[in-house]
Amino acid sequence: MQVKINGKPEEISGGTVLDLLQAKKIEPQMVAVEVNDTVLDKNLLATTSLNEGDRVEFLFYMGGGR
Amino acid sequence: MEFTEDQISRYSRHILLPEVGGKGQKKIAKAKILLVGAGGLGSPAALYLAAAGVGTIGLIDSDVVDLTNLQRQILHHTSDVGRPKVLSGKEKIQGLNPDVQVSMYEERLTAGNALKIISEYDVVIDGVDNFTAKFLINDACFFAGKPLVHGGILRFDGRVTTIVPKQSACYRCVFKTPPPAGLVASCQEAGVIGVLAGIIGTIQATEALKLVLGIGQPLTNRFLDFDARKTQFREIKIKRNPDCALCGAHPTITELFDDGDPFAGCAVRP
Ligand SMILES: [Zn+2]
Repeated sequence: MQVKINGKPEEISGGTVLDLLQAKKIEPQMVAVEVNDTVLDKNLLATTSLNEGDRVEFLFYMGGGR
Repeated sequence: MEFTEDQISRYSRHILLPEVGGKGQKKIAKAKILLVGAGGLGSPAALYLAAAGVGTIGLIDSDVVDLTNLQRQILHHTSDVGRPKVLSGKEKIQGLNPDVQVSMYEERLTAGNALKIISEYDVVIDGVDNFTAKFLINDACFFAGKPLVHGGILRFDGRVTTIVPKQSACYRCVFKTPPPAGLVASCQEAGVIGVLAGIIGTIQATEALKLVLGIGQPLTNRFLDFDARKTQFREIKIKRNPDCALCGAHPTITELFDDGDPFAGCAVRP
């Protein structure tokens, strides 16, 4: 099925948000995840399944400024 | 308050704008804007806000100018190396525009001093480089009810968002806590392309001026992310989180505290 990840369409085989993070080798503690514009609680990463057409945003911390 | 002939000349390109005019320029002249950090983001913001004629600019920074700063911190010159950033900054601001009052705070923003300092300003600009300070500024602006223009830069990426407390999403609505210290790279290790500070810092200054003037649409409820490699902006919608520990329905953060390790560093991106 197709989802949008950070604005780009991607074909994935389904599964949960945590599966997707693991497939992309993203440490869950290092990212805030939005599904369809709503931030997902970290406790729900493993139980939230992705559906066709979902828009997923991986928001990384950006801390610099000096 | 009336403008002198010189001031009318100096600000003529603002006064010509129907959205600003003499009335708006007077709002700018009365405005008080706090820059937390007189470094990469604070430098371009300070210079443009000074040029714009902002009445009072507050500079808070405990550091002295280091040679490694000069690649991007354009408020400071080679001859300033070793001097306090707030002093160097004040000189540049007033050299550009003697109309501007500069308040210097040669200290770090802490849970102890943040509310007292921030409460004296109309708008706050985040130009700090560590997550503890970024969360502290977010929390302090919420408690003080002051609009905040958040900014972050890292390598080739930058981000801006405007936060109007109790009205728009706050930083904790998206990022609940600072990242675990062990996983964070330091700014020195990460590096940053210098011009990125100019791009993000001037957008922050634009947002601050719009808030002062009450014009346009603020950059609230969205992250504006910039990728300098592609020269591409992207907007990501964010919204208030009813479970936010700070601004949600049942807050658990009820006073300021230092969240995380202030020396843990600034950067994470796999
Ligand atoms: Zn919030």
